[in-house]
Amino acid sequence: MIEVTNVTKRYGEKVAVNDLTFKVQPGIVTGFLGPNGSGKSTTMRLVLGLDAPNSGHTLVNGKPYREHAAPLHEVGALLEARSVHTGRSAFNHLLALAQTHGIGRARVTELIEMVGLQEVANKRAGGFSLGMGQRLGIASALLGDPHTVMLDEPVNGLDPEGIQWVRKLLQKLAREGRTVFVSSHLMSEMAMTAEHLIVIGRGKLIADTGVDEFVQGASKQSVRVRSPQLERLVELLAGPEVRIETVQPSVVDVYGLDSERVGTIAAEHRIVLYELSPQRASLEEAFMELTRDSLEFHTDEDSPGAEAKATVA
Amino acid sequence: MSVATAETPAATPTVPVGRVTQRRVALSEWTKLRSVRSTRWALLVTLLFIIGIGLIACLVFESRWPHLSAHDRSHFRPLRANLAGVNLAQLAIGVLGVLVITAEYSTGMIRSTFSAVPKRLPVLWGKAMVFGAVVFVVSLPAVFIVFFIGQAILSGQHINIAISHPGVVRALFGAPLFLTVMGLFGLGLGAIVRNTAGGIAALAGIVFVLPPLLGILPTSFTNSVDPYLPSNAGGAIWTINPDPGTLAPWAGLAVFAAYAAIAIAIAAVLMRRRDT
Repeated sequence: MIEVTNVTKRYGEKVAVNDLTFKVQPGIVTGFLGPNGSGKSTTMRLVLGLDAPNSGHTLVNGKPYREHAAPLHEVGALLEARSVHTGRSAFNHLLALAQTHGIGRARVTELIEMVGLQEVANKRAGGFSLGMGQRLGIASALLGDPHTVMLDEPVNGLDPEGIQWVRKLLQKLAREGRTVFVSSHLMSEMAMTAEHLIVIGRGKLIADTGVDEFVQGASKQSVRVRSPQLERLVELLAGPEVRIETVQPSVVDVYGLDSERVGTIAAEHRIVLYELSPQRASLEEAFMELTRDSLEFHTDEDSPGAEAKATVA
Repeated sequence: MSVATAETPAATPTVPVGRVTQRRVALSEWTKLRSVRSTRWALLVTLLFIIGIGLIACLVFESRWPHLSAHDRSHFRPLRANLAGVNLAQLAIGVLGVLVITAEYSTGMIRSTFSAVPKRLPVLWGKAMVFGAVVFVVSLPAVFIVFFIGQAILSGQHINIAISHPGVVRALFGAPLFLTVMGLFGLGLGAIVRNTAGGIAALAGIVFVLPPLLGILPTSFTNSVDPYLPSNAGGAIWTINPDPGTLAPWAGLAVFAAYAAIAIAIAAVLMRRRDT
Protein backbone atom coordinates (compact mmCIF):
# COMPACT_ATOMS: atom_id res chain seq x y z
CA MET A 1 0.00 0.00 0.00
CA ILE A 2 1.32 3.40 -1.02
CA GLU A 3 -0.23 6.57 0.37
CA VAL A 4 0.53 9.97 -1.08
CA THR A 5 -1.07 12.80 0.89
CA ASN A 6 -1.19 16.45 -0.22
CA VAL A 7 2.29 16.24 -1.66
CA THR A 8 3.78 19.26 -3.36
CA LYS A 9 7.27 19.34 -4.80
CA ARG A 10 8.91 22.34 -6.40
CA TYR A 11 12.25 22.48 -8.17
CA GLY A 12 13.07 26.15 -8.11
CA GLU A 13 10.21 27.94 -9.83
CA LYS A 14 8.78 24.82 -11.40
CA VAL A 15 6.06 22.92 -9.57
CA ALA A 16 6.63 19.24 -10.41
CA VAL A 17 3.97 17.79 -8.14
CA ASN A 18 1.03 19.89 -7.02
CA ASP A 19 -0.99 18.91 -3.92
CA LEU A 20 -1.22 15.31 -5.04
CA THR A 21 -3.22 12.78 -3.02
CA PHE A 22 -3.90 9.13 -3.83
CA LYS A 23 -3.61 5.60 -2.48
CA VAL A 24 -2.36 2.51 -4.26
CA GLN A 25 -4.06 -0.67 -3.08
CA PRO A 26 -2.54 -4.13 -2.87
CA GLY A 27 -3.73 -7.04 -4.97
CA ILE A 28 -4.17 -5.21 -8.26
CA VAL A 29 -1.97 -3.53 -10.84
CA THR A 30 -2.37 0.22 -10.59
CA GLY A 31 -1.28 2.24 -13.58
CA PHE A 32 0.26 5.65 -13.07
CA LEU A 33 -0.43 7.65 -16.19
CA GLY A 34 0.48 11.02 -17.42
CA PRO A 35 2.21 12.74 -20.31
CA ASN A 36 5.97 12.99 -20.18
CA GLY A 37 7.00 15.58 -17.64
CA SER A 38 3.76 15.36 -15.69
CA GLY A 39 5.43 14.42 -12.41
CA LYS A 40 5.24 10.61 -12.37
CA SER A 41 8.95 10.03 -11.81
CA THR A 42 9.11 12.80 -9.24
CA THR A 43 6.23 11.25 -7.33
CA MET A 44 8.01 7.90 -7.28
CA ARG A 45 11.23 9.50 -6.07
CA LEU A 46 9.25 11.19 -3.30
CA VAL A 47 7.75 7.86 -2.23
CA LEU A 48 11.26 6.40 -1.96
CA GLY A 49 12.51 9.42 -0.05
CA LEU A 50 15.10 10.19 -2.72
CA ASP A 51 13.66 13.68 -2.90
CA ALA A 52 11.91 15.45 -0.05
CA PRO A 53 8.52 17.08 -0.67
CA ASN A 54 7.99 20.78 0.08
CA SER A 55 4.77 19.80 1.82
CA GLY A 56 2.66 16.73 2.41
CA HIS A 57 3.95 13.22 3.02
CA THR A 58 4.19 9.76 1.56
CA LEU A 59 3.79 6.43 3.36
CA VAL A 60 4.65 2.92 2.30
CA ASN A 61 2.89 0.14 4.18
CA GLY A 62 2.02 2.62 6.90
CA LYS A 63 5.43 4.22 7.45
CA PRO A 64 7.69 6.69 5.67
CA TYR A 65 9.99 4.60 3.46
CA ARG A 66 13.08 5.80 5.31
CA GLU A 67 11.86 4.39 8.63
CA HIS A 68 11.58 0.78 7.49
CA ALA A 69 14.21 -1.56 8.92
CA ALA A 70 14.39 -3.59 5.71
CA PRO A 71 13.39 -1.13 2.95
CA LEU A 72 14.01 -3.50 0.03
CA HIS A 73 11.54 -5.89 1.62
CA GLU A 74 8.89 -3.15 1.60
CA VAL A 75 9.37 -1.57 -1.82
CA GLY A 76 11.22 -2.77 -4.87
CA ALA A 77 11.63 0.03 -7.35
CA LEU A 78 12.74 0.47 -10.91
CA LEU A 79 13.55 4.12 -11.41
CA GLU A 80 13.34 6.03 -14.66
CA ALA A 81 16.90 6.69 -15.67
CA ARG A 82 19.48 3.97 -15.26
CA SER A 83 20.52 3.77 -11.67
CA VAL A 84 23.53 1.53 -12.15
CA HIS A 85 27.28 2.16 -12.06
CA THR A 86 28.28 1.65 -15.69
CA GLY A 87 31.58 0.00 -14.81
CA ARG A 88 30.15 -2.70 -12.56
CA SER A 89 28.82 -6.07 -13.71
CA ALA A 90 25.15 -6.91 -13.37
CA PHE A 91 25.96 -9.60 -10.83
CA ASN A 92 28.06 -7.34 -8.62
CA HIS A 93 25.49 -4.55 -8.88
CA LEU A 94 22.78 -6.83 -7.57
CA LEU A 95 25.10 -8.39 -5.03
CA ALA A 96 26.04 -5.00 -3.56
CA LEU A 97 22.37 -4.10 -3.17
CA ALA A 98 21.54 -7.53 -1.75
CA GLN A 99 24.30 -7.36 0.83
CA THR A 100 22.82 -4.26 2.47
CA HIS A 101 19.96 -6.52 3.60
CA GLY A 102 21.90 -9.70 4.16
CA ILE A 103 20.39 -11.27 1.05
CA GLY A 104 22.59 -14.08 -0.27
CA ARG A 105 24.26 -14.80 -3.60
CA ALA A 106 21.78 -17.57 -4.38
CA ARG A 107 18.97 -15.04 -4.58
CA VAL A 108 21.05 -12.81 -6.88
CA THR A 109 21.72 -15.73 -9.23
CA GLU A 110 18.05 -16.71 -9.12
CA LEU A 111 16.96 -13.22 -10.16
CA ILE A 112 19.54 -12.97 -12.93
CA GLU A 113 18.13 -16.17 -14.38
CA MET A 114 14.57 -15.02 -13.88
CA VAL A 115 15.08 -11.83 -15.89
CA GLY A 116 17.17 -13.67 -18.47
CA LEU A 117 20.53 -11.94 -17.99
CA GLN A 118 22.66 -15.02 -17.22
CA GLU A 119 24.68 -14.61 -20.44
CA VAL A 120 25.77 -11.09 -19.56
CA ALA A 121 25.77 -11.25 -15.77
CA ASN A 122 29.51 -10.69 -15.58
CA LYS A 123 29.66 -7.98 -18.24
CA ARG A 124 29.85 -4.29 -17.40
CA ALA A 125 26.38 -2.81 -17.13
CA GLY A 126 27.51 0.23 -19.15
CA GLY A 127 27.43 -1.89 -22.30
CA PHE A 128 23.86 -3.03 -21.78
CA SER A 129 21.08 -2.19 -24.22
CA LEU A 130 18.10 -0.28 -22.88
CA GLY A 131 16.13 -3.52 -22.66
CA MET A 132 18.89 -5.31 -20.73
CA GLY A 133 19.12 -2.31 -18.42
CA GLN A 134 15.39 -2.56 -17.76
CA ARG A 135 15.72 -6.26 -16.98
CA LEU A 136 18.51 -5.51 -14.55
CA GLY A 137 16.37 -2.81 -12.96
CA ILE A 138 13.47 -5.22 -12.58
CA ALA A 139 15.80 -7.79 -11.00
CA SER A 140 16.99 -5.24 -8.45
CA ALA A 141 13.38 -4.27 -7.73
CA LEU A 142 12.48 -7.87 -6.89
CA LEU A 143 15.64 -8.60 -4.89
CA GLY A 144 14.07 -8.17 -1.47
CA ASP A 145 10.84 -10.03 -2.32
CA PRO A 146 8.98 -6.75 -1.68
CA HIS A 147 5.38 -6.20 -0.60
CA THR A 148 5.18 -3.26 -2.97
CA VAL A 149 6.63 -3.05 -6.46
CA MET A 150 6.99 0.36 -8.05
CA LEU A 151 8.20 0.48 -11.63
CA ASP A 152 8.77 3.60 -13.71
CA GLU A 153 8.14 2.89 -17.40
CA PRO A 154 9.25 -0.74 -17.14
CA VAL A 155 8.52 -1.70 -20.76
CA ASN A 156 10.60 1.16 -22.13
CA GLY A 157 13.10 -0.31 -24.57
CA LEU A 158 11.88 -3.89 -24.26
CA ASP A 159 11.15 -6.02 -27.30
CA PRO A 160 7.61 -7.42 -27.76
CA GLU A 161 8.57 -10.62 -25.98
CA GLY A 162 9.97 -8.64 -23.08
CA ILE A 163 6.84 -6.51 -22.91
CA GLN A 164 4.71 -9.65 -22.68
CA TRP A 165 6.93 -10.93 -19.94
CA VAL A 166 6.63 -7.72 -17.90
CA ARG A 167 2.84 -7.72 -18.25
CA LYS A 168 2.57 -11.27 -17.00
CA LEU A 169 5.03 -10.60 -14.21
CA LEU A 170 3.09 -7.57 -12.98
CA GLN A 171 -0.19 -9.43 -13.01
CA LYS A 172 1.36 -12.35 -11.18
CA LEU A 173 2.85 -10.08 -8.54
CA ALA A 174 -0.56 -8.49 -8.02
CA ARG A 175 -2.26 -11.89 -7.76
CA GLU A 176 0.17 -12.75 -5.00
CA GLY A 177 -1.34 -9.88 -3.06
CA ARG A 178 1.39 -7.32 -3.62
CA THR A 179 0.90 -3.65 -4.35
CA VAL A 180 1.94 -3.07 -7.94
CA PHE A 181 2.36 0.51 -9.12
CA VAL A 182 3.51 1.04 -12.70
CA SER A 183 3.97 4.28 -14.55
CA SER A 184 3.63 4.78 -18.25
CA HIS A 185 2.92 7.52 -20.71
CA LEU A 186 1.32 4.94 -23.01
CA MET A 187 -2.38 4.32 -22.39
CA SER A 188 -2.45 1.22 -24.56
CA GLU A 189 0.17 -0.38 -22.33
CA MET A 190 -1.88 0.31 -19.23
CA ALA A 191 -5.01 -1.05 -20.89
CA MET A 192 -3.23 -4.41 -21.15
CA THR A 193 -2.04 -4.59 -17.56
CA ALA A 194 -3.72 -2.25 -15.13
CA GLU A 195 -7.05 -2.55 -13.35
CA HIS A 196 -6.91 0.79 -11.69
CA LEU A 197 -5.54 4.09 -12.95
CA ILE A 198 -4.11 7.15 -11.37
CA VAL A 199 -3.83 9.84 -14.00
CA ILE A 200 -1.86 13.03 -13.48
CA GLY A 201 -1.08 16.04 -15.59
CA ARG A 202 1.24 18.89 -14.65
CA GLY A 203 1.67 17.34 -11.24
CA LYS A 204 -2.05 17.36 -10.45
CA LEU A 205 -4.42 14.45 -10.02
CA ILE A 206 -6.76 14.16 -13.00
CA ALA A 207 -8.38 10.81 -12.34
CA ASP A 208 -8.24 8.02 -9.75
CA THR A 209 -10.50 5.37 -11.17
CA GLY A 210 -10.90 1.87 -12.62
CA VAL A 211 -9.76 1.36 -16.20
CA ASP A 212 -13.30 0.58 -17.42
CA GLU A 213 -14.86 3.59 -15.72
CA PHE A 214 -12.10 5.71 -17.09
CA VAL A 215 -12.93 4.84 -20.68
CA GLN A 216 -16.68 5.10 -20.15
CA GLY A 217 -16.41 8.40 -18.39
CA ALA A 218 -14.34 9.90 -21.12
CA SER A 219 -16.23 12.60 -22.96
CA LYS A 220 -15.33 11.40 -26.41
CA GLN A 221 -18.26 9.10 -27.25
CA SER A 222 -19.25 9.30 -30.88
CA VAL A 223 -21.08 7.60 -33.72
CA ARG A 224 -19.34 6.99 -37.00
CA VAL A 225 -21.58 7.55 -40.01
CA ARG A 226 -20.82 6.70 -43.65
CA SER A 227 -23.34 7.79 -46.21
CA PRO A 228 -23.51 8.89 -49.86
CA GLN A 229 -25.92 11.65 -48.76
CA LEU A 230 -23.77 12.92 -46.00
CA GLU A 231 -24.25 16.61 -46.65
CA ARG A 232 -27.98 16.36 -46.22
CA LEU A 233 -27.71 14.20 -43.14
CA VAL A 234 -25.29 16.57 -41.47
CA GLU A 235 -27.77 19.41 -41.92
CA LEU A 236 -30.53 17.31 -40.36
CA LEU A 237 -28.39 16.25 -37.40
CA ALA A 238 -27.13 19.74 -36.55
CA GLY A 239 -28.10 21.10 -33.17
CA PRO A 240 -26.66 23.02 -30.24
CA GLU A 241 -25.37 19.90 -28.47
CA VAL A 242 -24.14 18.21 -31.61
CA ARG A 243 -20.63 18.34 -32.99
CA ILE A 244 -19.66 16.68 -36.22
CA GLU A 245 -16.12 15.91 -37.32
CA THR A 246 -15.23 14.97 -40.85
CA VAL A 247 -13.04 11.87 -40.94
CA GLN A 248 -13.02 11.23 -44.70
CA PRO A 249 -15.06 12.87 -47.51
CA SER A 250 -17.98 10.49 -46.94
CA VAL A 251 -17.41 9.63 -43.29
CA VAL A 252 -18.13 11.72 -40.19
CA ASP A 253 -18.03 11.21 -36.44
CA VAL A 254 -21.08 12.56 -34.67
CA TYR A 255 -20.80 13.70 -31.06
CA GLY A 256 -23.82 14.35 -28.85
CA LEU A 257 -26.25 11.91 -30.49
CA ASP A 258 -26.38 8.16 -30.03
CA SER A 259 -26.58 5.67 -32.90
CA GLU A 260 -30.35 5.07 -32.43
CA ARG A 261 -31.10 8.75 -32.88
CA VAL A 262 -28.85 9.10 -35.94
CA GLY A 263 -30.38 5.97 -37.51
CA THR A 264 -33.94 7.15 -36.87
CA ILE A 265 -33.31 10.58 -38.36
CA ALA A 266 -31.72 8.98 -41.42
CA ALA A 267 -34.69 6.61 -41.86
CA GLU A 268 -37.25 9.41 -41.48
CA HIS A 269 -35.61 11.25 -44.34
CA ARG A 270 -34.91 8.16 -46.43
CA ILE A 271 -31.16 8.67 -46.30
CA VAL A 272 -29.00 5.70 -47.17
CA LEU A 273 -26.43 4.71 -44.55
CA TYR A 274 -23.43 2.50 -45.37
CA GLU A 275 -22.14 2.56 -41.83
CA LEU A 276 -23.55 3.49 -38.45
CA SER A 277 -21.28 2.46 -35.60
CA PRO A 278 -20.95 3.69 -32.03
CA GLN A 279 -17.33 4.61 -31.30
CA ARG A 280 -16.22 3.91 -27.79
CA ALA A 281 -13.25 6.10 -27.08
CA SER A 282 -10.13 4.03 -26.86
CA LEU A 283 -8.17 4.30 -23.67
CA GLU A 284 -5.62 6.25 -25.63
CA GLU A 285 -8.19 8.81 -26.72
CA ALA A 286 -9.72 9.04 -23.27
CA PHE A 287 -6.28 9.77 -21.95
CA MET A 288 -5.57 12.39 -24.59
CA GLU A 289 -8.90 14.02 -23.87
CA LEU A 290 -8.28 14.18 -20.15
CA THR A 291 -4.71 15.39 -20.29
CA ARG A 292 -5.19 17.77 -23.21
CA ASP A 293 -5.08 20.82 -20.99
CA SER A 294 -2.28 19.57 -18.85
CA LEU A 295 0.25 18.74 -21.54
CA GLU A 296 3.49 20.52 -20.99
CA PHE A 297 4.00 21.06 -24.71
CA HIS A 298 1.27 21.12 -27.33
CA THR A 299 1.96 20.03 -30.85
CA ASP A 300 0.12 21.88 -33.59
CA GLU A 301 -2.27 19.03 -34.23
CA ASP A 302 -3.16 18.96 -30.58
CA SER A 303 -4.14 22.57 -30.30
CA PRO A 304 -7.87 23.32 -30.00
CA GLY A 305 -7.69 25.56 -33.06
CA ALA A 306 -6.72 22.70 -35.36
CA GLU A 307 -9.62 20.64 -34.10
CA ALA A 308 -12.11 23.46 -34.64
CA LYS A 309 -11.09 23.72 -38.28
CA ALA A 310 -11.89 20.08 -38.83
CA THR A 311 -15.36 20.45 -37.36
CA VAL A 312 -18.23 20.66 -39.79
CA ALA A 313 -21.02 22.71 -38.30
CA MET B 1 3.61 -12.79 1.66
CA SER B 2 1.53 -15.74 2.67
CA VAL B 3 0.04 -16.05 -0.82
CA ALA B 4 3.45 -16.50 -2.40
CA THR B 5 3.97 -19.96 -3.82
CA ALA B 6 6.92 -21.96 -5.03
CA GLU B 7 5.96 -21.54 -8.68
CA THR B 8 6.62 -17.82 -8.47
CA PRO B 9 10.32 -17.06 -8.35
CA ALA B 10 9.75 -13.44 -7.38
CA ALA B 11 7.90 -14.53 -4.30
CA THR B 12 10.01 -17.40 -3.09
CA PRO B 13 9.12 -17.42 0.57
CA THR B 14 12.57 -18.59 1.55
CA VAL B 15 14.36 -15.38 0.62
CA PRO B 16 16.03 -14.39 3.84
CA VAL B 17 15.60 -10.65 4.13
CA GLY B 18 17.23 -8.99 7.05
CA ARG B 19 17.44 -5.52 8.43
CA VAL B 20 19.92 -3.02 7.10
CA THR B 21 22.88 -2.89 9.46
CA GLN B 22 26.10 -0.88 9.35
CA ARG B 23 28.07 -4.08 8.95
CA ARG B 24 26.00 -5.18 5.96
CA VAL B 25 26.29 -1.78 4.33
CA ALA B 26 30.07 -1.92 4.80
CA LEU B 27 30.16 -5.34 3.12
CA SER B 28 28.11 -3.91 0.27
CA GLU B 29 30.55 -1.02 -0.05
CA TRP B 30 33.41 -3.50 -0.18
CA THR B 31 31.70 -5.27 -3.08
CA LYS B 32 31.22 -1.95 -4.85
CA LEU B 33 34.83 -0.91 -4.32
CA ARG B 34 36.38 -4.14 -5.55
CA SER B 35 34.10 -4.48 -8.57
CA VAL B 36 35.06 -1.39 -10.55
CA ARG B 37 38.20 -0.87 -12.60
CA SER B 38 39.02 2.59 -11.27
CA THR B 39 39.82 1.07 -7.87
CA ARG B 40 42.29 -1.43 -9.30
CA TRP B 41 43.95 1.17 -11.48
CA ALA B 42 44.26 3.78 -8.77
CA LEU B 43 45.67 1.27 -6.27
CA LEU B 44 48.09 -0.13 -8.86
CA VAL B 45 49.28 3.38 -9.69
CA THR B 46 49.68 4.06 -5.97
CA LEU B 47 51.91 1.01 -5.58
CA LEU B 48 53.96 1.98 -8.63
CA PHE B 49 54.43 5.50 -7.32
CA ILE B 50 55.44 4.47 -3.81
CA ILE B 51 57.80 1.67 -4.83
CA GLY B 52 58.98 2.86 -8.24
CA ILE B 53 59.76 6.47 -7.45
CA GLY B 54 61.29 5.56 -4.08
CA LEU B 55 63.65 3.05 -5.71
CA ILE B 56 64.61 5.35 -8.56
CA ALA B 57 65.49 8.08 -6.07
CA CYS B 58 67.67 5.67 -4.07
CA LEU B 59 69.40 4.37 -7.22
CA VAL B 60 70.20 7.89 -8.39
CA PHE B 61 71.69 8.91 -5.05
CA GLU B 62 73.65 5.70 -4.67
CA SER B 63 75.22 5.88 -8.15
CA ARG B 64 75.92 9.64 -8.06
CA TRP B 65 77.02 9.84 -4.43
CA PRO B 66 80.78 9.95 -5.13
CA HIS B 67 80.30 12.93 -7.46
CA LEU B 68 77.87 14.93 -5.31
CA SER B 69 78.88 18.31 -3.86
CA ALA B 70 79.25 18.73 -0.13
CA HIS B 71 76.10 20.88 -0.21
CA ASP B 72 74.03 18.13 -1.88
CA ARG B 73 75.41 15.56 0.51
CA SER B 74 74.50 17.66 3.52
CA HIS B 75 70.92 18.00 2.26
CA PHE B 76 70.49 14.30 1.59
CA ARG B 77 67.87 12.61 3.78
CA PRO B 78 67.81 8.83 3.23
CA LEU B 79 64.18 8.37 4.34
CA ARG B 80 62.85 11.39 2.47
CA ALA B 81 64.37 10.20 -0.81
CA ASN B 82 63.16 6.67 -0.08
CA LEU B 83 59.53 7.76 0.44
CA ALA B 84 59.45 10.37 -2.34
CA GLY B 85 56.72 8.37 -4.14
CA VAL B 86 54.25 9.03 -1.33
CA ASN B 87 54.01 12.62 -2.54
CA LEU B 88 52.58 11.44 -5.84
CA ALA B 89 50.63 8.54 -4.39
CA GLN B 90 48.62 10.99 -2.30
CA LEU B 91 47.16 12.38 -5.52
CA ALA B 92 46.09 8.95 -6.82
CA ILE B 93 44.55 8.05 -3.47
CA GLY B 94 42.82 11.41 -3.06
CA VAL B 95 41.34 11.18 -6.54
CA LEU B 96 40.16 7.64 -5.88
CA GLY B 97 38.54 8.88 -2.67
CA VAL B 98 36.63 11.49 -4.67
CA LEU B 99 35.60 8.89 -7.26
CA VAL B 100 34.32 6.41 -4.69
CA ILE B 101 31.38 8.71 -4.07
CA THR B 102 31.09 10.93 -7.15
CA ALA B 103 30.92 7.97 -9.55
CA GLU B 104 27.69 6.98 -7.80
CA TYR B 105 26.21 10.37 -8.54
CA SER B 106 27.44 10.61 -12.13
CA THR B 107 26.11 7.15 -13.05
CA GLY B 108 22.84 7.35 -11.12
CA MET B 109 23.91 4.43 -8.91
CA ILE B 110 23.26 6.64 -5.90
CA ARG B 111 19.49 6.25 -6.46
CA SER B 112 19.83 2.48 -6.15
CA THR B 113 22.11 2.89 -3.15
CA PHE B 114 19.78 5.24 -1.30
CA SER B 115 16.76 3.13 -2.19
CA ALA B 116 18.41 0.21 -0.42
CA VAL B 117 19.70 2.35 2.45
CA PRO B 118 17.28 5.26 2.71
CA LYS B 119 18.79 6.44 5.98
CA ARG B 120 21.81 7.29 3.79
CA LEU B 121 24.46 7.96 6.44
CA PRO B 122 25.40 4.28 6.84
CA VAL B 123 26.51 4.49 3.20
CA LEU B 124 28.92 7.33 3.96
CA TRP B 125 30.28 5.60 7.07
CA GLY B 126 30.55 2.31 5.18
CA LYS B 127 32.49 3.91 2.34
CA ALA B 128 34.82 5.67 4.76
CA MET B 129 35.53 2.49 6.76
CA VAL B 130 36.07 0.23 3.76
CA PHE B 131 38.01 2.67 1.63
CA GLY B 132 40.17 3.80 4.56
CA ALA B 133 41.01 0.21 5.44
CA VAL B 134 41.84 -0.68 1.83
CA VAL B 135 44.19 2.30 1.41
CA PHE B 136 46.04 1.46 4.60
CA VAL B 137 46.31 -2.26 3.85
CA VAL B 138 47.57 -1.66 0.32
CA SER B 139 50.04 1.13 1.08
CA LEU B 140 51.58 -0.31 4.26
CA PRO B 141 53.42 -3.23 2.59
CA ALA B 142 54.43 -0.94 -0.28
CA VAL B 143 56.10 1.45 2.13
CA PHE B 144 57.96 -1.36 3.91
CA ILE B 145 59.03 -2.95 0.63
CA VAL B 146 60.43 0.30 -0.73
CA PHE B 147 62.14 0.98 2.60
CA PHE B 148 64.01 -2.30 2.81
CA ILE B 149 65.00 -2.46 -0.87
CA GLY B 150 65.79 1.24 -1.01
CA GLN B 151 67.98 1.19 2.10
CA ALA B 152 69.76 -1.92 0.80
CA ILE B 153 70.60 0.06 -2.35
CA LEU B 154 71.80 3.06 -0.31
CA SER B 155 73.94 0.85 1.87
CA GLY B 156 76.23 0.47 -1.16
CA GLN B 157 77.52 3.95 -0.26
CA HIS B 158 76.83 3.54 3.48
CA ILE B 159 74.29 6.36 3.32
CA ASN B 160 71.33 4.23 4.45
CA ILE B 161 69.28 4.61 7.59
CA ALA B 162 68.44 1.73 9.94
CA ILE B 163 64.89 0.82 10.88
CA SER B 164 66.00 1.16 14.50
CA HIS B 165 66.81 4.83 13.97
CA PRO B 166 64.46 7.01 16.06
CA GLY B 167 61.27 7.90 14.22
CA VAL B 168 61.75 5.54 11.28
CA VAL B 169 59.15 2.97 12.32
CA ARG B 170 56.73 5.78 13.15
CA ALA B 171 57.29 7.26 9.67
CA LEU B 172 56.87 3.89 7.97
CA PHE B 173 53.48 3.42 9.63
CA GLY B 174 52.80 7.14 9.30
CA ALA B 175 52.99 7.25 5.48
CA PRO B 176 50.11 4.73 5.04
CA LEU B 177 48.13 6.59 7.73
CA PHE B 178 48.73 9.84 5.86
CA LEU B 179 47.49 8.28 2.61
CA THR B 180 44.44 6.86 4.40
CA VAL B 181 43.50 10.29 5.72
CA MET B 182 44.11 11.79 2.26
CA GLY B 183 41.69 9.25 0.78
CA LEU B 184 39.07 10.11 3.39
CA PHE B 185 39.59 13.82 2.72
CA GLY B 186 38.93 13.16 -0.97
CA LEU B 187 35.85 11.13 -0.07
CA GLY B 188 34.52 13.98 2.05
CA LEU B 189 35.16 16.59 -0.65
CA GLY B 190 33.60 14.34 -3.28
CA ALA B 191 30.51 13.80 -1.14
CA ILE B 192 30.14 17.56 -0.70
CA VAL B 193 30.43 18.56 -4.35
CA ARG B 194 28.92 15.30 -5.78
CA ASN B 195 30.77 15.84 -9.03
CA THR B 196 33.98 14.14 -10.13
CA ALA B 197 35.63 17.12 -11.81
CA GLY B 198 34.65 19.46 -9.01
CA GLY B 199 35.83 17.06 -6.33
CA ILE B 200 39.23 16.49 -7.93
CA ALA B 201 39.66 20.23 -8.50
CA ALA B 202 38.84 20.95 -4.86
CA LEU B 203 41.26 18.29 -3.64
CA ALA B 204 44.10 19.33 -5.94
CA GLY B 205 43.49 22.97 -5.10
CA ILE B 206 43.67 22.46 -1.36
CA VAL B 207 46.55 19.99 -1.37
CA PHE B 208 48.77 21.21 -4.20
CA VAL B 209 47.82 24.78 -5.14
CA LEU B 210 47.17 26.35 -1.76
CA PRO B 211 50.68 25.88 -0.27
CA PRO B 212 52.63 27.75 -3.02
CA LEU B 213 49.86 30.35 -3.19
CA LEU B 214 50.51 31.22 0.44
CA GLY B 215 54.05 32.17 -0.57
CA ILE B 216 52.85 35.51 -1.94
CA LEU B 217 51.66 36.59 1.50
CA PRO B 218 53.96 38.17 4.14
CA THR B 219 56.44 35.64 5.51
CA SER B 220 55.38 36.24 9.11
CA PHE B 221 51.84 35.29 8.17
CA THR B 222 52.82 32.38 5.93
CA ASN B 223 55.09 30.90 8.59
CA SER B 224 52.30 30.74 11.12
CA VAL B 225 49.71 29.30 8.70
CA ASP B 226 51.87 27.00 6.61
CA PRO B 227 52.26 24.16 9.14
CA TYR B 228 48.48 23.90 9.46
CA LEU B 229 47.78 23.36 5.77
CA PRO B 230 46.39 19.86 5.23
CA SER B 231 49.30 18.37 3.31
CA ASN B 232 51.98 20.05 5.46
CA ALA B 233 50.34 19.02 8.71
CA GLY B 234 49.83 15.48 7.46
CA GLY B 235 53.38 15.27 6.10
CA ALA B 236 54.86 15.53 9.61
CA ILE B 237 53.93 11.95 10.46
CA TRP B 238 56.15 10.40 7.78
CA THR B 239 59.10 12.74 8.11
CA ILE B 240 62.14 12.52 10.33
CA ASN B 241 64.45 15.54 10.51
CA PRO B 242 61.51 17.89 9.90
CA ASP B 243 61.92 21.39 8.49
CA PRO B 244 61.83 24.03 11.21
CA GLY B 245 58.32 25.20 12.10
CA THR B 246 56.48 22.01 11.18
CA LEU B 247 54.08 20.43 13.63
CA ALA B 248 55.04 17.45 15.78
CA PRO B 249 54.29 14.16 13.97
CA TRP B 250 51.15 13.06 15.78
CA ALA B 251 49.86 16.59 16.25
CA GLY B 252 50.26 17.13 12.51
CA LEU B 253 48.38 13.95 11.68
CA ALA B 254 45.63 14.99 14.09
CA VAL B 255 45.28 18.35 12.34
CA PHE B 256 45.14 16.64 8.94
CA ALA B 257 42.59 14.12 10.25
CA ALA B 258 40.52 17.03 11.53
CA TYR B 259 40.33 18.44 7.99
CA ALA B 260 39.10 15.10 6.70
CA ALA B 261 36.65 14.75 9.60
CA ILE B 262 35.22 18.21 8.98
CA ALA B 263 34.82 17.50 5.26
CA ILE B 264 33.03 14.21 6.01
CA ALA B 265 30.86 15.85 8.68
CA ILE B 266 29.73 18.56 6.23
CA ALA B 267 29.11 15.84 3.64
CA ALA B 268 27.00 13.91 6.16
CA VAL B 269 24.79 16.89 6.95
CA LEU B 270 24.29 17.61 3.25
CA MET B 271 23.73 13.96 2.36
CA ARG B 272 20.84 13.69 4.82
CA ARG B 273 19.14 16.76 3.41
CA ARG B 274 19.72 16.93 -0.29
CA ASP B 275 17.53 15.56 -3.06
CA THR B 276 19.12 12.88 -5.17
